Amino acid sequence: MKLWLAKQRYLIDFTLASLARRKTRNLGLLLVYTLLVFMLASVTLYTHALRQEAARVLAASPEVIVQRMVAGRHDLIPPGYMEKIGRIRGVQKMEGRLWGYYYDAVTKANYTFMVPAGNPPAAGEIVVGPALERSRGLAKDNGISFRSYSGKLHTFIVADVLPQASELVSADLVLMSEQNFRAFFDYPVGHYTDIALSVANPQEVRNVAVKLGAALPDARPILRDEVLRTYASIYDWREGIVLALLSAAILAFGILAWEKASGLSAEEKREIGILKAIGWETGDVIKMKFWEGLLISLTAFLAGFVAAYVHVFHFAASLFEPVLKGWAVLYPRFQLTPHIDGLQVATLFFFTVVPYAAAVLVPIWKAAITDPDSVMRS
Amino acid sequence: MIFQPAIIALLLASALCVLALVASAPFALDVIRRWDIKSGSERQLQMERRTYLFSTLLTFVLALQLAAVLLFVFNAEKMSGMFVGAMCAVGTLNVNAFGFPALNAKIAVFFLAAMWLAINHVDSRARDYPLVRIKYALLLLLAPLLVASGWVELQYFLGLKADVITSCCGSLFSEGSPTLAAEASALPPRPAMWLFYGSLGAAIAVAAWHGYRGGKGSASAYALAIASAIGFATTIAGILSFVSLYIYEHPNHHCPFCILKPEYGYQGYWLYVPLFAATAAGLAAGAVQPFARIDSLRAIVPGFSRNLAAIAANGYALTAVIATAMIWQSRLILLEH
Repeated sequence: MKLWLAKQRYLIDFTLASLARRKTRNLGLLLVYTLLVFMLASVTLYTHALRQEAARVLAASPEVIVQRMVAGRHDLIPPGYMEKIGRIRGVQKMEGRLWGYYYDAVTKANYTFMVPAGNPPAAGEIVVGPALERSRGLAKDNGISFRSYSGKLHTFIVADVLPQASELVSADLVLMSEQNFRAFFDYPVGHYTDIALSVANPQEVRNVAVKLGAALPDARPILRDEVLRTYASIYDWREGIVLALLSAAILAFGILAWEKASGLSAEEKREIGILKAIGWETGDVIKMKFWEGLLISLTAFLAGFVAAYVHVFHFAASLFEPVLKGWAVLYPRFQLTPHIDGLQVATLFFFTVVPYAAAVLVPIWKAAITDPDSVMRS
Repeated sequence: MIFQPAIIALLLASALCVLALVASAPFALDVIRRWDIKSGSERQLQMERRTYLFSTLLTFVLALQLAAVLLFVFNAEKMSGMFVGAMCAVGTLNVNAFGFPALNAKIAVFFLAAMWLAINHVDSRARDYPLVRIKYALLLLLAPLLVASGWVELQYFLGLKADVITSCCGSLFSEGSPTLAAEASALPPRPAMWLFYGSLGAAIAVAAWHGYRGGKGSASAYALAIASAIGFATTIAGILSFVSLYIYEHPNHHCPFCILKPEYGYQGYWLYVPLFAATAAGLAAGAVQPFARIDSLRAIVPGFSRNLAAIAANGYALTAVIATAMIWQSRLILLEH
């Protein structure tokens, strides 16, 4: 065992020295390799962070949301509807929610108007989200008017601006009192937009949904788990599509690696010839080349991954953001939480190191079977 | 659901493996037909050179297979969030009928690949390549298995539909269901413990005996292979029956996959990695033994076999120690004193 280790150490020593002798050639390959890892790692790190962010945001949302459907479209919850649901075992709390969308012609964006469940703003006052604050140039105690869908102009005082930290969920939010909300949208008395249910035991959620379906055939229960799952598959799918597109780059890289490995310089050929003449076997040359590939791979992988980490978490993934994040007029600004996942690293390794290894196998063998006499004679 | 990064990576790996094996099949046939070490002809020389390419290629393929088993389980574990009813890898593997066959095929390919690599290793160290024909014949046998494994994997991934309600470990490993896994789970803890420690102890003892004899005994080598196979099966049964209970501190949760989850500190990997390594080494010792009498291998096989025995003994000992430590730390009381 010790002998084997020592042998590998000498091989690595020799390989490093031989790599250093042909700096420019190897640096070119290393650079391209690093760039490839950087691109792929940026995509996976960014989508993973987005997934985590979605999960974090949804963690505080109610377990079940009930919407009423009329002719397959979302409709208001009429008075007496909640009483029909009655008491379902396992449901801790049931409350009607009031929210709606408002299109603002000034910013050409949609706002979400909402009545918060706990301590709503006083009558005539609103609390706005940070993106709204930026786009309309609002500050605390400013007044702002919105023309409602009935044509009337409503003026509100901005009582507060929501903190930046919650921007991902609150960017386009406008909070107001129930009375203001109903007056603004001409919302019928006793009606609600939807119903939120909190369920304490996560294993009961599905049963609650089944009971809801039985009690109210026109209701559509939306489970938090389903929303989470949808987000996860959307981001996975986007990531997969981008990776599939980048597979052309992987292929190009494979061809480059093949070319680089098979185009041995005369000097390299002479080196292998001399090594074999002084007693190296074909297997030893393959081993040396294997170490060379491994050293280049690991260096490129590490450098590319670190660069991608910096790109995603310090520069907000500016290169891939438009494809992966989606788009909106009032897009929230948010800082992603750095997170590295083992599966992502393993997958990335499969995407980069495996194609490289496959591409250089045949050229390595070709180099290793070189006859010493034929090289030295030429 | 083919556009999952890990799935693309796994399919890529499978495709590469199948491609490499298909490419090497004509050469394997050529070797079986025309190999003649005594000949100095051009063709023989070329063939000898080519064996280097193909044994490197196959080492790569088989190493990739080993990594793919890990990635496959890891991925199944992660994807469990996407299927209704799935809480761990079991649920994901249960989404369609190809999930568990795909995993089993991968594990089978893993062990067979390890045995082939062992034969390849001793052969390449001998001066006259005595096993080259056998090696390539075995490779031709391994190829259809690898292709089948790749096909089952592809069917599994193509059949992953997120709207399927799957059943998870709670129902699969519960004591009433009529599967082999459920039979193992239903094994009462006390006999299961005897079986677990007994077979691990036997495997360690046989490995030590084989190592003590310098890896020379043919009976001990075969005994080690058999003990390894039995040890693997009973260890998995033991994990199903009682080790998992101690880890989860729950008297009815028998899942062998949940222990791989971050909630349980990835403890499963500590248990499975030494177990798989030891079993592969034990089986490999049996695989090289039939060739120990060949002249040029007489000096090579025993040393290698002894090393394999050492790996097997240490691996099984590690598995037993880790399992015992997990039981020791647990607050579950399964057996009254």
